[in-house]
Amino acid sequence: MGTLRNSIKRKVSRRSFVAGAAGAAVASTVLPKAGRAAGDLNVLVWCDHADEKLLAPFEAKHNVKVNVKTYEGTGTALSIIEQSAPGDWDVLVVDAPDTPLVAGMGLLEPMDEGALPLNDLLPQLTSAAFNHVDGVRYAVPEKFGYYGVAYNKDKVDEADMRSAQVMWDSKYKGRVAIYDYYFPAMQLIAISMGIHPDNISMDDLPSIREKLLAMKPNVKMVGDIVSVQNALVNGDVDIILNGAEFAVSGLMPTMPQLDWTIFNEGGLMWIQGLCVFSGSNKKDLAFDFVNHVLSPKGQGSLATSECYWAMPANKNAVLSDAEKKILRWDEQPAFLDRSVPSTISQADIDAEMLDIWTEFLQS
Amino acid sequence: MSPSSAQMKRRAGFDFTRWAIHPALIFTVVFFALPLTAMVVVSFWQRVYGKLTATWTLANYSKFFAKDYLLDALLNSIEVTLATTAISILLAYPLAYILAYRIPAHWQRFVLILTVLPFWTAYVVRSYSWLLVISEKGILNVMLMDIGLINEPLAMSYSRGATVLGFVHFFTMLLTLTIYANLVQIKSSYRKAAADLGASPLQVFLRITLPLSLPGVAVGAFITFVICIGDYITPQILGGGTEVLIPQAIMLQVSRAANFPMASVMSITLMVVVVAVYFISAKHLKMERV
Repeated sequence: MGTLRNSIKRKVSRRSFVAGAAGAAVASTVLPKAGRAAGDLNVLVWCDHADEKLLAPFEAKHNVKVNVKTYEGTGTALSIIEQSAPGDWDVLVVDAPDTPLVAGMGLLEPMDEGALPLNDLLPQLTSAAFNHVDGVRYAVPEKFGYYGVAYNKDKVDEADMRSAQVMWDSKYKGRVAIYDYYFPAMQLIAISMGIHPDNISMDDLPSIREKLLAMKPNVKMVGDIVSVQNALVNGDVDIILNGAEFAVSGLMPTMPQLDWTIFNEGGLMWIQGLCVFSGSNKKDLAFDFVNHVLSPKGQGSLATSECYWAMPANKNAVLSDAEKKILRWDEQPAFLDRSVPSTISQADIDAEMLDIWTEFLQS
Repeated sequence: MSPSSAQMKRRAGFDFTRWAIHPALIFTVVFFALPLTAMVVVSFWQRVYGKLTATWTLANYSKFFAKDYLLDALLNSIEVTLATTAISILLAYPLAYILAYRIPAHWQRFVLILTVLPFWTAYVVRSYSWLLVISEKGILNVMLMDIGLINEPLAMSYSRGATVLGFVHFFTMLLTLTIYANLVQIKSSYRKAAADLGASPLQVFLRITLPLSLPGVAVGAFITFVICIGDYITPQILGGGTEVLIPQAIMLQVSRAANFPMASVMSITLMVVVVAVYFISAKHLKMERV
């Protein structure tokens, strides 16, 4: 944006015109489409932050417009940030385990823990190491969920869904879809084998590969979230592995035959965190937004977003009884006790896992 | 007109032509030649511990040709593409023939519009629509069960057959257009002369119409091959991911591992296949005939 403004001030030469046009093109692509007025708050977030019910109360209270740019994957977020000028963005939602990576690039503002409602948040989330770098907090967890199993209650034995052995149960031959994120899928297999996901080594990969390949007879399809949801809803499969509340909770109010759970052997968690950009010119407003999202009402809205449902980080989130039932709210203490976050692996293990995954798809 | 002014005009005309070429040339260099060069260079680099390193190596090529599950992606793509092209030609040729020779001229425009209707639908929407038709609770299974032809739903979705079905739906229309455009250019006097000389309708078709329409078939088949072998969406939605085609293997390397060297190797291999197919079919590719 700065490049564009400066180029307009100068005499418009062919070169400056081209530079300006390029800047405008980048700005129109990268920045949120809605207005970019000085008082606006620009947030780079996941799709669950775009709901009117979440944003409208904040906008009305502060008399500002929240411009939302949604993205998927930390890599995409970093490329968007790279194409932006400092100050273009105020708030970031990030896959919480990636916080040290983003903070290490100097992009995040340290957070004052005293100004955050940490006591209202689930301690299993707030205490996670990846929220801090060198003892300084850079992210606060806002929402989480699990990689587990989602299913059609009318077609499966619900007791089977509690065991990781369902992944190989011949009773469900050809009736299983797998959400295609290979990393947690293989971590779930590790959990079923009694290996802690953080301890997966190169030596463990041959046995994990063997177990993964052994799943293939049960697998009807492998796809992204929308594809596996479609397969479940259309009756092509009865089970989604590697998916849980984020795959079916939003559908359950109208399709009560769907449900989800995690395995007794252990659960694997995903956690999303809220951060404030160090280059933001509206840090106070940005921290107000963070607190708004973390408030009980904000958390209720975020948990039941139109994009996807998942667990709020705030213990006091405003949820109806029906919503709590869908999110298995009463079971969260037990779920959290036996779950671990899915964190980043070493690059060489990750590369080997992708090779094994490709072999599995091709088998 | 003095020689000097004519010379100036020629020069002015020459300058205009030169300027007119520049945008296309710049576009091609910036958006094709440079990225292609970058892709070739990166294919000889490596991704070590998550970082791209500019050390020259053939390791990515060795790995691609040594690992069955990677090479199978290319072979799967070739098989699916050949099946799609063959089936599409078999369906498109009769349709184009009827369109060109059996439909009255004043109806041909309307029927042509109907023929290109699938092009008006977005690729993703078209693929998901097929899922609604062939899934276990889909229209086709429900209909077959209602009329008593089957007792259990047929497993049609999420298979290679479903991918080919989605492709054929699109490419039959494309091939119909190229073959039709060729057929209507064949002078009717050729067929009339052959008939007058005692040729049966089958002989007229086999010895006059078919040979003369082959350029249209070749161009359509080539375009089908090129688009089909590089398509990611249709196999991703309809194929169910239980076997991987080369575009899906490329996307896995890019989106999940940011392994651009390996993705570049796969992309270059795909380009080599397309170029080889071009040279094989080059003598039949007469674009002026379609």
